[in-house]
Amino acid sequence: MYIVKRILIMLLTIWVIASLTFLIMKFIPGDPFASDADVLPEEVLQNIRAKYNLDEPIAVQYVLYMKDLVTFDLGFSIQSETRSVNSIIADGAPASALLGLQALIIALALGLLLGIVAALNHNKLLDYASMFIAIIGISVPSFILAPLLIKYFAVEWGMLPVASWGTWQHSILPTLALAATPLAVIARFMRSSMLEVTNQNYIKTADAKGLSKTKLVIRHGIRNAILPVISFIGPLFVSLITGTFVIEKIFAIPGIGRYFVDSIFNRDYPVIMGTTIFFSVLLVLTLFIIDISYRYIDPRIKLTSGGE
Amino acid sequence: MLERLLEVNNLEVIFKTYGGEVQAVRDVSFHVDKGEILAIVGESGSGKSVTVQSIMGLIPTPPGKIKNGEVLLEGQDLLKLSKREMQKVKGSKISMVFQDPMTSLNPTMKVGKQIAESITTHQNIKGQEAKERAIDMIRRVGISNPAERYEQYPHEFSGGMRQRIMIAIALACHPKVLLADEPTTALDVTIQAQVLDLMKNLKDDMDTSIILITHDLGVVAETAERVAVMYGGIIVETAPVNELFNNPKHPYTWGLLESIPDIDVADKKRLVPIEGAPPDLFSPPKGCPFAPRCKYAMDVCVEEMPPAFSIDNGHEAKCWLNDSRSPALKELVAAGRQLS
Repeated sequence: MYIVKRILIMLLTIWVIASLTFLIMKFIPGDPFASDADVLPEEVLQNIRAKYNLDEPIAVQYVLYMKDLVTFDLGFSIQSETRSVNSIIADGAPASALLGLQALIIALALGLLLGIVAALNHNKLLDYASMFIAIIGISVPSFILAPLLIKYFAVEWGMLPVASWGTWQHSILPTLALAATPLAVIARFMRSSMLEVTNQNYIKTADAKGLSKTKLVIRHGIRNAILPVISFIGPLFVSLITGTFVIEKIFAIPGIGRYFVDSIFNRDYPVIMGTTIFFSVLLVLTLFIIDISYRYIDPRIKLTSGGE
Repeated sequence: MLERLLEVNNLEVIFKTYGGEVQAVRDVSFHVDKGEILAIVGESGSGKSVTVQSIMGLIPTPPGKIKNGEVLLEGQDLLKLSKREMQKVKGSKISMVFQDPMTSLNPTMKVGKQIAESITTHQNIKGQEAKERAIDMIRRVGISNPAERYEQYPHEFSGGMRQRIMIAIALACHPKVLLADEPTTALDVTIQAQVLDLMKNLKDDMDTSIILITHDLGVVAETAERVAVMYGGIIVETAPVNELFNNPKHPYTWGLLESIPDIDVADKKRLVPIEGAPPDLFSPPKGCPFAPRCKYAMDVCVEEMPPAFSIDNGHEAKCWLNDSRSPALKELVAAGRQLS
């Protein structure tokens, strides 16, 4: 019952996002052929517009688009008319997803570790060292970190390839550049969560049982401290696997990150819609999975369809 | 002669803070015999919790520090043990029940596991057998359907039930001493009596001694065999429970007994408070800590810490009034001091 209700709400959410995006997109001044207006004769432009239904009223365009959407047809890109939006996403998503997944794993593993180490050594050298790394991770933007990584690891020391995509070595530098900020955010979050848990009474109870420090930290500390961290892994996961404009541009990675930005500049309506819907579907799905999994992670949470 | 089980001698505990050094426990000595219930009473900040937490090695260091003293459990000084050796003592020979059952259990761990954990840590028992032992403990603390309850989480238990689980955890390894830090303060009055009865019964079954911390003199009268009254980081009076209620020898104890509200409401008497505030433990007075609030304070009280005067068998009071040289109370009244 709960799951059925959630799925209906998810569909509704996606429909609202698609509709709002469509409306807002149409209000952006200009159209995909603005730059061709000086070159091409008026009649030709008219024909091209007609081809993409751009001559119809917005309401009609909306209905036509929604009709295609329910059959999972996202239409053709206006910019490169031989490619369907479906194929653009299908081609670019794997590289972006792989990169994002690697970055997420690194960010989680190192971020949690740093946070835990910092909390266990509260106000000692290791704490300050961990938080120093975290502050750097948060404050250095990826467009600075990425060129620095390339300069040293690729150019000066020649350890890794400079850019492009192919072998796993190619993915190391972009993964690091992409992971830095989420790693730092997770580390700081885990540290404060862990510090809070360490002061809880049940830790004292466990200590009074005569547990070893390791068992105390793992069984009673981390298990409870990680709960609040899980809730923001969802949105983080989606934003990482859908690619990033900056990192993919710098490392010349054939992902979909750039379409999110380029499509807006080009007023490439089908691509704007396609990438937005792709992103929101992933986000809504991930949040759903996180909510469901909470039931197994935190015994206090029961899934009900409300009012119970 | 009763067998002496736990002996605390000259315990001093301080806490370093930005404001200075808090002398939370100053030269505290007491003992517990085998199978005995000792109550430690005193107001907030008198050092009772710090005292028992030092016995368990639960004082966070820093900021806390055990400056001096010894804690002898069957002759072995627990303060000299290494962390690892102390882990073997904690939960097996000495265990503890805390004040707030609502927050003292791990919310994401099955209560049965939390009991079994205590067993597997200290005894060479694993898996199914530990589980059976835990279920048996749940039954012994008076919870029905123990096997079912084993699988539940703390949020599925009421406050009183959780405190029973805490007691099950503490007694799972049949400890020699149970430290109970205000175990009933957070509970309803009706549940309080049940939990106290349970502790008393299990104590007899398992031949455990109990140190019961409380500020409720009703609980003391009902449960304890001996009482230590703490004030300002020292024990001001120790006595068998009847002796303390019938023949108290320290003005602070008098104040405590006077301030118990009368059950006879028709009387509508005002409650009798102890005027004044507890001493500043950043710089405790060199004399008796109670002197500034004491109606009978003499010059010597401010100047010099009174020694423990032995009143009777097992009854000691740190008050100069018990010195043979001190004037009798009547004379103090005659000298213009007010007696209530």
